[in-house]
Amino acid sequence: MSDTSPQNRARESHMLIVNGQSYAFDDASQANLLDLLRNRLGLMASRFGCGEGLCGACRVLVDGQPMPACDTPLWSIAGRAVTTVEGLGTAAQPHPIQTALIAEQAMQCGYCISGIIVSAAALLQKNADPDEAEVRAALDDNLCRCGAHNRIVRAVMRAAAAIRSANEMP
Amino acid sequence: MTNPPARSLPASLRATPMLNRWLGVSGEGHIVLTPGKVEIGQGILTVLVQLCADELDVNPHRVRLQPAGTEHSPNEGVTSGSLSVQDCGMSVRHVAAQTRQVFLAEAARQLGVSVDELSVEDGIICGPGNLSTSYWELAPQIDLARPVDPEVAPKAVESRRLTGRSLPRVDVAGKAFGTRPYIHDIVLPDMLHGRVLRAPRPGAKLAALGEFDCTGTRLVRDGSFVGVICESEAAADAALRRLEAAASWAGGYDMPDAHDLAGWLKRQPAETSLVAERNASDPEPLVSLRRSYFKPYLAHASIAPSCAIAQWSDETLHVISHTQGIFNLRSDLAIVFGTAEEKISVQHAESAGCYGHNGADDVALDAALLARAVPGNPVRVRWSRADELAASPLGAAMTIDVGAQVSAAGDIQYWHHEIWSNGYVARPGRGDTPALLAAFDLAQPFPLYIAQDPPLAGGGGAQRNAVPLYDFPSWRIVKHRLLTMPLRTSSIRALGAFGNIFAIESFLDELATELDQDPLALRLRYLADERARAVLQRVATMADWGKAAIPDGHGRGLAFARYKNSSAYCAVVAEVDVNEEPRARRLWIAVDVGETINPDGVINQIEGGAIQATSWSLKEQVAYDEEGVTSRSWESYPILRFSEVPAVSVEIIDRPELPAVGAGEAAQGPVAAALANAIYNALGVRVRKLPLTRDHIIEAME
Repeated sequence: MSDTSPQNRARESHMLIVNGQSYAFDDASQANLLDLLRNRLGLMASRFGCGEGLCGACRVLVDGQPMPACDTPLWSIAGRAVTTVEGLGTAAQPHPIQTALIAEQAMQCGYCISGIIVSAAALLQKNADPDEAEVRAALDDNLCRCGAHNRIVRAVMRAAAAIRSANEMP
Repeated sequence: MTNPPARSLPASLRATPMLNRWLGVSGEGHIVLTPGKVEIGQGILTVLVQLCADELDVNPHRVRLQPAGTEHSPNEGVTSGSLSVQDCGMSVRHVAAQTRQVFLAEAARQLGVSVDELSVEDGIICGPGNLSTSYWELAPQIDLARPVDPEVAPKAVESRRLTGRSLPRVDVAGKAFGTRPYIHDIVLPDMLHGRVLRAPRPGAKLAALGEFDCTGTRLVRDGSFVGVICESEAAADAALRRLEAAASWAGGYDMPDAHDLAGWLKRQPAETSLVAERNASDPEPLVSLRRSYFKPYLAHASIAPSCAIAQWSDETLHVISHTQGIFNLRSDLAIVFGTAEEKISVQHAESAGCYGHNGADDVALDAALLARAVPGNPVRVRWSRADELAASPLGAAMTIDVGAQVSAAGDIQYWHHEIWSNGYVARPGRGDTPALLAAFDLAQPFPLYIAQDPPLAGGGGAQRNAVPLYDFPSWRIVKHRLLTMPLRTSSIRALGAFGNIFAIESFLDELATELDQDPLALRLRYLADERARAVLQRVATMADWGKAAIPDGHGRGLAFARYKNSSAYCAVVAEVDVNEEPRARRLWIAVDVGETINPDGVINQIEGGAIQATSWSLKEQVAYDEEGVTSRSWESYPILRFSEVPAVSVEIIDRPELPAVGAGEAAQGPVAAALANAIYNALGVRVRKLPLTRDHIIEAME
């Protein structure tokens, strides 16, 4: 049962849920979300790419929506739920997108891939049957310099098919 | 015993002939490889695992790779020029083959049988009956500190089990789960964080440093080199912003003419050299057609800003870097610090793809200079996005004039190719003075290292692929290497080959139009090389060249090159859509890399290179004004996005009996020319100036 007393709300506003775990942060903290994830929580999968929210390498889900962590101040997301790549899947329990990326060998250097996984997961959450153009549109704010785009698109389509067939199982 | 034909060994192995410098066998069931080439996203580690496991007959998972380091790795120079497979890969194949032979000889001796009676299955050596031993059992008794024997032959083509197959990459799963560390993720005890303030204009000097709040900050200054050290990244970023506000700069180099860069290149003092000539007469024959092509400065635009960690202790320096050349970086650091190379160790750690000489080496000196102020503490320095785009070396701008004399009968009789460009190589470890950015800014500065070009025999720089592969009866190739360098240039994927192939293959298309010939037929007419003809014919089949129906507003173009005239053959057909801003819709590519060790790896490299080349060709140019580079973010230096990427089909012509060569740079030049030729096909407008934007199309129409 949730306690909605004013003191508790104030305390809640200084909490953040990261991959299902609650963290408290200092009200005076000027840090951005990426700094918290990488330097204080040791969650390194979210990458620094530009610091301006323009490349997508640091994307995370905030209440299910993809957002750049690098220019998101902590105060702006107090009380909300953040999911990073570490929270989406692991080698033991991979997310279908991770399985599909490995199957399609859909990367080269891989530095952009965490942010792409996040964007793709958000897409498949709301649309499990996207066409290719919808996948490309969903990934358009993620930059890849190695040219693995077409493989990545194939992997997302493959993951979507896997999710659909899992959902169809009795 | 005859003297071994040393020439048959790969260059890396000739330089480091002791087996134990490359490979070790552990008693615990592993093969440990210690290659000198490094992973830059190209997949070399997987290829090395395949080659090693194949020769030794072990499961690939038994092969472990140790990151390259100056303390233990063979000096393989720089991981560049598409040489990783042919130098490092072939060295590993040979070393593994000889290791197998050494182990089998010992096994035969101990088991009392002949080597011919032995077979190997995942490291277990089996003889007749129940006789068996293993690499792992024998490992403690065998010393691999022995020189390579050039007489040892690796497996015959038909005995290979792992090479020629698409083994999944060893690094992909770790990247998909975010668990494989990049250099940016390395955290060491007592590590501090550094940032360096760069002059906005190249060559500017730090004139004054105003009031600066030093709370929690160590300020480090040496001449115009200035940076901060803090306990956290956030604090270092904030301190850098304060430093930027406090600093004022003066002077700087005169920037190139932003309105006429092509002409500016021709007006600079330059070192002129004859690249090649064939039956060329003096005076030069008159050319019946002459055209001028241009490529702008390009940024490597790595997705990860460059990063390094440095630590001083007792006058020794340890550096962790994503440099492409650990030994080269070490030698430049030794010059800067006036110390012996033995006092410096450089350890490689992975970063994002660099596509040539980006800021990797520069940031290592930044870290070393900052760390000197805090002996004992490792200092990690990460560049900003702006510095990655603007302070890293750039790919040189080029003006390329191509001309031909064509007889009345329509035969190309003489070919002329002339280049104006900065040099394409300013990597560390090549000169008497360092090539590292901060070295030019110190209180006792080193002179700006002007980019050079290696000779053609070493791959060349600006002149790479300037000599046509076509059988023209005579030619002359001239290069003017600029002696001024206001914008620092160095290696970018394919070096001068990108611009030269763009020019040659565009010009051939222009000649085809002049001579009223099909562009494919014209090329085939001047190509005797069967492998060249084969990739052209394959790509023509793939794209249904000359027969396919092409939608309105679309056009198709074709281009070909053999990278470095000695490496991979690559032919491309491009289809563009010019209804609005030109867009690449589809690329068909046929490639021949000799023996294909990992087909999917080759396709990935060719496809990735082609997409990057599409981005260069259609969108990219470094922007600058009198105050320096202005393309300092992804908004001002846009690259190709998911929605703009063409469909790409790649087919490999495998030649398992021929030497394996690299695939990483083969597609760059042909893609640019195929796109320009496709635009001509669609619009009848010849665009000779990259990038192939709507603006440049309009300019070409005027």
